[in-house]
Amino acid sequence: MNHTPGFKILSQSSEMLTLFGSHFLYVSRTLSLVSLCSPTVVELNHSLTSVIPESALLIIIGWILGGIIYGADKMQTFTLTPTVFFFYLLPQVILDAGYFMPNKLFFSNMGAILVYAVIGTCWNAATVGLGLWGCWLGGAMGDIDIGLLQFLLFGSLIAAVDPVAVIAVFEEVHVNEVLFIMVFGESLLNDGVTVVLFNVFDAFVSLGGAEIDAVEIIKGIISFFVVAFGGSLVGIIFALLISLLTRCTKNIQIIEPGFIFILGYLSYLTAEMLSLSAILSIVFCGICCQKYINANMDERSVTTVRYVMKVLANGSETIIFVFLGISAIDPAVWVWNTGFILLTLLFIFVFRFIGVFLLTWILNKYRLVPLEFIDQVVMSYGGLRGAVAYGLVAMLDENKFKEKNLMVSTTLIVVYFTVMLQGITMKPLVTWLKVKRAAVTELTLAEKIQNRTFDHMLVAIEDISGQIGHNYMRDKWHNFEERWLCWFLMKPSARKSRDYIFNIFHQLNLKDAMSYVKEGERRGSLAFVRNETKADVDFNKKFRASFSEIMPDIMADNMGPDHVPLSSILQDIVPSVCLDMHEQDLTMRESEDFNAHHLLQQHLYRGRKQHRHRYSRSHLETNRDENEVQEIFQRTMRSRLESFKSAKMGVAPAKKIQTKHQKKDKPQKMPNGNSSDKSKNHPYGDKGTCSLLFTSLLGHQPPVVCIIIQSHSKAISRICLILENRLD
Amino acid sequence: MIWCAAVLPNTNTNSMNRWFSCFLFNIVTPAHIVRLYDRFEALDKEKTGHLRPQDFGAINRLAMNPIGDRIIGAFFSPGQETVDFHSFVRILAHFRPADKKRPKDPSMPEPVNSRTSKLKFAFQLYDQDKDGKISRAELLQVLRSMLEMQVTEEQLESIADRTIQEADLDKDDAISFEEFRKSLEKVNIDHKMSIRFLR
Repeated sequence: MNHTPGFKILSQSSEMLTLFGSHFLYVSRTLSLVSLCSPTVVELNHSLTSVIPESALLIIIGWILGGIIYGADKMQTFTLTPTVFFFYLLPQVILDAGYFMPNKLFFSNMGAILVYAVIGTCWNAATVGLGLWGCWLGGAMGDIDIGLLQFLLFGSLIAAVDPVAVIAVFEEVHVNEVLFIMVFGESLLNDGVTVVLFNVFDAFVSLGGAEIDAVEIIKGIISFFVVAFGGSLVGIIFALLISLLTRCTKNIQIIEPGFIFILGYLSYLTAEMLSLSAILSIVFCGICCQKYINANMDERSVTTVRYVMKVLANGSETIIFVFLGISAIDPAVWVWNTGFILLTLLFIFVFRFIGVFLLTWILNKYRLVPLEFIDQVVMSYGGLRGAVAYGLVAMLDENKFKEKNLMVSTTLIVVYFTVMLQGITMKPLVTWLKVKRAAVTELTLAEKIQNRTFDHMLVAIEDISGQIGHNYMRDKWHNFEERWLCWFLMKPSARKSRDYIFNIFHQLNLKDAMSYVKEGERRGSLAFVRNETKADVDFNKKFRASFSEIMPDIMADNMGPDHVPLSSILQDIVPSVCLDMHEQDLTMRESEDFNAHHLLQQHLYRGRKQHRHRYSRSHLETNRDENEVQEIFQRTMRSRLESFKSAKMGVAPAKKIQTKHQKKDKPQKMPNGNSSDKSKNHPYGDKGTCSLLFTSLLGHQPPVVCIIIQSHSKAISRICLILENRLD
Repeated sequence: MIWCAAVLPNTNTNSMNRWFSCFLFNIVTPAHIVRLYDRFEALDKEKTGHLRPQDFGAINRLAMNPIGDRIIGAFFSPGQETVDFHSFVRILAHFRPADKKRPKDPSMPEPVNSRTSKLKFAFQLYDQDKDGKISRAELLQVLRSMLEMQVTEEQLESIADRTIQEADLDKDDAISFEEFRKSLEKVNIDHKMSIRFLR
């Protein structure tokens, strides 16, 4: 391929400058226009958006707006130009996708995602292109000035599944996480393929058909690898940069969020400048840096980054869809060719289905959990095309592609078809299929319980047998990451607070504290906090102080993919169980027909395989299953402590002191009075037994606790106290 | 077998015979054994050649599993405090996919990964006192551990009652192994209780 990088950089940067100058006014007008219609979107009724996805509604608004503008100006002044789209609107959306990507899920399904992204996209491109060419030869399209290469080019740009459209539609349709990550991951990664194919065929068209020989084709294949891996590498380098930066910004925390966005955008531009895949670059930048920057940055910076990212992404997405609508109202662009358009629609639909089913059939031979039929249907049906295709087609050179307008029209129709029709019918289709499958098998209670037991059993056995092979690599990567990367990229204080068990322990403590205060406020007075538990209050403060240097950043939730400040989690999650229990009792007494099935459905703990990571454009939620994990952990520790006590101390398990939520009566012992005495005489107060306690409970001594035991001897008794208070 | 003796220390004729029973039905291959031995060694931090409950407790993720402790208990035969490698493999061998092509020979002992053996393993998770029946109390215990904390006692008991009602055929208010097996006859046990040891 004949790029001269230097010239390209120069031309691109000069283009950017002129672009900036002349388009500043244009962009600001555009943004103000769109900001007028955003409130209308916001006010849209939720029942409406659950039937018609937001993206479809936005396109309709775009049509209306386009009609108004066209009526006013007699020509379309606003269109979605490729430059605006690719440089101003797309990066935020992709950065948001990368930053909030559930990494574990993504990388564990990476093989399947790559298969779909690379092979699937190539298949789509080839079949659509060749199919259309065949039909053209057969005369179905009439007389158009087009050739095989142009068909292949068109196939390659229309084949790519679009991430923006996918998120927009899947937001309403709740599918299981594996399925979601497959489609979503595919839509992000297929950019590598699309860019290469597009450029390759573009170059081929310029060369003309005669010049193509094996050398050119081999060059094309090599360029795929260069573009894809190069783009990812650029992204990873920028991720490293960002992580290092956040490591050093302890004293200038206020500008940390700015860095993330600037460097993220820079990774996009750098990759674009080097003619590599820009989308892959920014995706990997987001994916690789999330963990480190969330650990390094101050809690408020993390919150800022999250919210600003969502704002930008939402804004961009809105603008993109509205513009897709507006661009349609432009008679200059429209060329109608029934054969071409209808055949394109047919081919992308049919070949998508065939491709997905074929690839899944091959993949299922290697997968532990096969993809079911309904998943495959949703995956094929969810292959939506969107603005990226439109952006690419608008970039075509009119002189080389005589039928550019036809292609543009077709692309627009394809986009509308997939986003609107498939978007609207996706949910009913899924419901219908699920209903159909559910009706066939009606499980008994025993089967339901047993199924869940099996899930938990399998997860436990997998943990015990330490699944490797595929996880061997993961273990190795983990070790490497723990030793080298975390040392290099994370602040020392952030590193210390990484112990998982300790985090859970700390969160349970915080939850207790919050529920305690809430209970106090519910009872109506600060007096509750002040007199009855004076000792406790002091205790808590002291406890916090002795831990403060060890866990300054524990407030940033390191546990899951969604990093939300704890205070906001705790506000929502602490249940006032008392009231709930009464309500439930009432309904139970009222209705004889007690639905055990429904209860099981609601309240059985989900096995690890079924945990749901919701990626959502508009909601910042925590993984609600962390609650489950904490409950289970608490119970297990409780029962282990009881058996430990009865085994070692020969005493019956102690009377229940005030437990987490369930007891509202006064504790039977004064929390601090008796127990602290107990701690002095009891072996629990002893350093050695305390560590023994931990070892038996947790199987190992969490490293942080070792530090605690060594350096804060007074705190030892307090730890044991907390453990007792918590776990009894 | 000789290979086995070379790789695993402490292999004498007694244990070789025990390995033979596993190999006979081709349940675990030598590659599996090596893999599992690595894992055994990784868990056995003090290199005693046996595993104690604490070693299992070191697996953090098991603490997040509602029936994690029960599974750990299943590895230990009643009265035994430790698990040696053979028992370790034997329990894990329950989770190998069953060999559908094996001829049903009543004179041979049931292989560890057959449907019946798997169901027996699952049954024993419920039946902690090993009386051959899942009593109401035992079922309640399991249910309690698998349901969220906000479910009340009354609701739990109701579910337990209905479950026993569905499965109990001889009306003795407990679920025997036969009733257990019958209630799960439509479930694909093999699919639900198999994992791969190698990838």
